[in-house]
Order: sequence, then structure tokens, then C-alpha cells
Amino acid sequence: MQEEVRTVKHTEENPTEEEQISSSVFNRSSADYETESRKDQFVRSVDTRILAPLRIIVHDWRGLIGGAILLLYILMGTIGVLLVEAPEIGQGPRFAGLFTDGHLLGTDNQGRDLLSLTVHATPAMLEMIISGAVFTTIVATIVGTVSGYKSGIIDRISMVVTDIMLTIPGLPLVIVIAAILDPRTPWVVGIVLTINAWAGLARTIRAQVLTVREESYVEASRVMGFSTSGILRRDIIPQLMPYIGVNFMQAARNVIFASVGLYYLGVLPFTHYNWGIILNQAYGGGALWNVSYLHWMVVPIVTISLISLSLILLTQSADRVFNPRVRAKHSRTVSDDSDAAEHN
Amino acid sequence: MANYYVERLAQLIITTLAVITLSFALLRLMPGGPMDYLRAQLASEMGSGRSSDEIDAIVESYVSVNPNDPIYIAYFDYVTSILQGDFGQSIWYNRPVSEIIAEALPWTVFIMLSALILTFTIGIALGAAMAYFEGSRFDTSATIVSVILTSIPYYIFALVLLFAFAYQIQIFPTGDLYARGETPGLDLSFLRSALHHATLPILSLVLTGFGGWALSMRGNAVRILGEDYLRVAELRGIPDYRISLKYVGQNAVLPMYTGLMISIGFMFGGAVILEEIFKYPGLGYYILRAVEARDYPLLMGGFIVITLAVLIAILIADLTYGKIDPRAGGGENRETY
Repeated sequence: MQEEVRTVKHTEENPTEEEQISSSVFNRSSADYETESRKDQFVRSVDTRILAPLRIIVHDWRGLIGGAILLLYILMGTIGVLLVEAPEIGQGPRFAGLFTDGHLLGTDNQGRDLLSLTVHATPAMLEMIISGAVFTTIVATIVGTVSGYKSGIIDRISMVVTDIMLTIPGLPLVIVIAAILDPRTPWVVGIVLTINAWAGLARTIRAQVLTVREESYVEASRVMGFSTSGILRRDIIPQLMPYIGVNFMQAARNVIFASVGLYYLGVLPFTHYNWGIILNQAYGGGALWNVSYLHWMVVPIVTISLISLSLILLTQSADRVFNPRVRAKHSRTVSDDSDAAEHN
Repeated sequence: MANYYVERLAQLIITTLAVITLSFALLRLMPGGPMDYLRAQLASEMGSGRSSDEIDAIVESYVSVNPNDPIYIAYFDYVTSILQGDFGQSIWYNRPVSEIIAEALPWTVFIMLSALILTFTIGIALGAAMAYFEGSRFDTSATIVSVILTSIPYYIFALVLLFAFAYQIQIFPTGDLYARGETPGLDLSFLRSALHHATLPILSLVLTGFGGWALSMRGNAVRILGEDYLRVAELRGIPDYRISLKYVGQNAVLPMYTGLMISIGFMFGGAVILEEIFKYPGLGYYILRAVEARDYPLLMGGFIVITLAVLIAILIADLTYGKIDPRAGGGENRETY
């Protein structure tokens, strides 16, 4: 009840970030749509759904560090590829250690520069992450919202399918499909890797829709005769956007885990560089028992762990910003103002 | 309540059928896929003397699918033979697939169940402790450790553990199920040897897994600690241990149900990578050998059985969940739009 009062209290005139979030994400009333022009609506939605969350994430140390690391990887995959020369057999001495002259991260058993290998594996990895995470999130959102909102037979059927996908162990399924389909382009690999990853997310989104669908403004839209897809797009999905965003990063992390794992196993065809391939060759080349080759294995390990850490930090900081549960404990015992201060 | 169990059981049967169907579709329908590959391989091995019918008969003995049968008959044959435990003949090992699986499966189940139980228990206990001491130094450091450990993929941790404890310090073996010279049996030295060999694989799953559980348990418990009904329970004079177990613990664990289902599949699936790294010949190890050798009967058999293992684990989790969640029994009577 508190929150509804707040929305009414300050609708215009520089609402603070905190208030923008709570009014847009949790208490958006259906009247908001009808009175705004399309342009206002666009500007407003960019501001409340993209800029404000970003600002809050940057204010949180976890978000800042996570974002900075992620940016580093994006730069590595775009500009880095132009700056660092492509890996080549015999471009340096074999098994050069860390910080060797001209080879910052050393070289492998064929004299390939590990920095080059790492950097040139990034673009394909980013492509896989994007296609995999987008695929997961879109399928999960569609299945989750439609089945949660419509109920009845549609819900039944899609939940049976979802539960089937949920229970088939992902990695063996991906291995079987990869062994038979032999995917080569990173975009396709990304989708194959997440072939059943959407199921878990779809289930949790459905659970959230179940609570949103009983809200009065959803009922109002229904009474006014809006189509199901319209209600989903305008009333329901915007409410879930923060949750979906958090899970997008989670999905990205799963793509990285799976792709490195499968390239490490040698199940996917070696059509482009991948950190998993470096790991595979280091394992095969004896980096485990020969300490002087250790850097060969450490470089991919650090690369993978760091991007994964950055995504976890981002997820956590976003979760903290958006998750009403995290502040629920405090909002009962303290006043509104300190509740807002907690996030700044 | 009975309804709930029936529904769960139906779900198990449907999923089993779906997986068998998927495996049939992949085997049979892929153009240039396994069937064609197998035929070409057999044809070149046996020379041109054989007729195509003979080759088809041999193909059928391997994968239980005759390429010439109409599709519905082939499908029916395939499903019945799988349900009878006949997964065909492994091409690479030249043994019945069911024999290989029977040897390998118990080891995978042993590792994965131990890891799952340990991960879940440690995670829940730590998360509860973190919520109880919320804001303390213990809470902060446990959160940081959890975040860092969770961000490392389990197979990376496996490699690090293997490097440190098996190759450098050499207190754990670098592979295999048990020490050479031991014979499987219920004697103490065999069990110790088996446990010794399983420690590193289990440890790499547990160490990278418990952090996620601890963090979500902490979040849930912190949220519940602010609820009004706790204050009411305190006022009613309900003893503390009962409040923390029944009111906080139970309600904090319940929302983690979907996560548990996912993580059962995730862990069993991880067997493929983990058993390869530790050279631990369980089911995952054979699945990978099958991929490398293009041994489709073994690959599909391994895939179906590992899915079945996950299904049974989930069914057990489901049935216990039904006991603690009062809502599980009630049907969902929601209005449809």
C-alpha cells in the first residue's frame, strides 16, 4: 500500500531513480499509456527501463566492477582483435613463460602466442553468448507469460513440454545434438548450447505472471477488450523486465560454461578459436604435471573465471536493485526515506 | 494428495517416452545422420559382396532400427526394445550397450548423489547461518567466498584440484574407479579405495556448487525474517528452535524447488566433463568415448539412461517435496482468459 501512495505523490518533477523504478516497474497503472504520446512513451521507457537501472548498477560496487570487466571483454572482442595479431604456429619460441619479451602471456607448445589465442577467441564467444542468451530469454518469456496468463489447457500442455525439457540433462542432450548436427557458426552453436536452457526460466516467469495477472489494471485491460498479446506486451512483460534482465546474464554465463566445456571435450568442431580449445590442448600437452607449462593452463582458466565472475557480480547488483524481496525486510521496520537511501 | 503422486508418475512416463522418441528421431530422421553413416561404414567393411538387405539386417542388430521398415513400425520396435533394456550393440566395444551401462551407471550415480546431497546440505546450512548473522563479518566474508566459488565452472575447479592434489602433491589418484588389485566387494579396503578415487570429482562439484544455494537460502531467509507471522509466532510463545526450523527454514527452502530440479539435471549432465577430466569410467565417460568413436548405439543408450537417472532422482525429490509443501496437494483452479 505504501508504494501506491508513493506513485501518486510524485508522478512528475524529477522523481529520484529509486522512485522511478518503483513506480515504473512495480506499480505502473494502465492510465499511463493512454495519455502519453508515442515519443514521450519511448523516451520515458528508455529512461526508466534502461538508463535508470544502469545508473543504479554503476552506483553499486559489484555492478561497477562487473560492468568494467564485461566491458573489457567486449573491447577485447571488438577492438582487441584489430590490435593483437592473429595467432600463428611458430610466432614465438615454444613454451615461453608469462611476461616473456613480446609474449605477455607466454606461448603454447606450437609457439602460438596465448594472448593472441585468447583475444581472437573472444568474438566467437560473444556471438555465442548473444545468440544463446537471446534465444533462451525470448523462448522462456513467450512460453512463461502465455502459459501463466492464459491458464487452462494451454498452460497444461506447455508446462508438460517445459518439464520434459527441464528434466533432460542439458549437457548430454547438447552433446548428442552437436555430434549429429555438427554446428559450425558461433550463432548456431549458441542456440544449440541453450537448446533446453529456457525451460527453467519459463517456469519461474510463469510463477511471476500468476501473481501479476490478478492485478486490477490487468483486469481493466481485459475488460476493455485488449487482445492477449497486447496485454502481455503492455501490462505483464514490462513488470517482469527486471527479472528477465537478471536471467539474461545468468543465461549468458551458462552459454560460456557450456561452450568452453564442449570445446574442451572436443565435441564441437574446432572451426574457430575458443578458450576451451586452449584448455584442451594444455591438458593434452602435459600442463598438469609439468609446472613450467603451467601458464598454458592458467591463462584460459583466469579468462573464463573472470568473465563468469563479472556476470555474477552484475546479476547480484541488478538483483539487489530490482528484487523487492531484498528490501522487504527493511521496508517494514524503517521509514520510506531510508529505504530509498539504501540504494544510493 | 494421491492426485499429486499420479500426476508426477505420469510426468515421468511422458518424459521417458519423449526422450526415447527424440533419440529415435535423431537416429532415424537426420539426413546423412547416424543411420547413413553406419550403413556406409558397414558396406565398406564388408566389401561389395553383400546385398543391401543383409546390411540393413546388421544395422538393425546394432541400433534396433531397421532402415527399411515403415516409420511407425520402426518406431514401435525401437520403443519396445529400449523399454526391455535392449539398447543394441556397441560398435566400438563390440559388446551389448546394456552391459556397458550396467557397469558404468552405479559409479556415476554414486558420485552425483553424494555431490548433490553434500552441496545442498552445506549450502542450506551456510545460507541459514549467514541470514541469522546478517550483516556480521561472517556474513560478508561468506558471501564473498560464495560468489567467487560460484563463478568458477566446476570443470575448471576439477582441473585445478587434479593439478594440485593428484599431480603435484600426489595424495589423490589421477584416474580410475578404484586401486588396481582391489576386487569390487563389500570389504573395507575396497570401499576406502573407491571413496579415495571419488573424492576429487565430488569435491569439485561441491565446492563450486554450495555457494549458489547458500546465497539464495540467505536471500529467502532474510526476507522471511521480516514477516509478520514470525512476530506472531514469537508472541504465541512458540519455542525458538521450532520457529527457525518450521517457520523460517521450511519456508525459505520451498522456493528453491525449481532450482533443485534444474541442478539435478545439471549435475548428472556434468558427469560427461567431470569423468573425462578424472578419467573416471562412469556413464559420462562412455558417452564421450561414444561421441569420439561415432558409436551411436552407445551414445543414444547412454543418453537415455542418464536422463532416466535424472528423472528418478527428480521423482524422489518431488515426492519428498510433496510432503513438506502443503500447496502441492491442492489442484490449481485458476480462471482461464
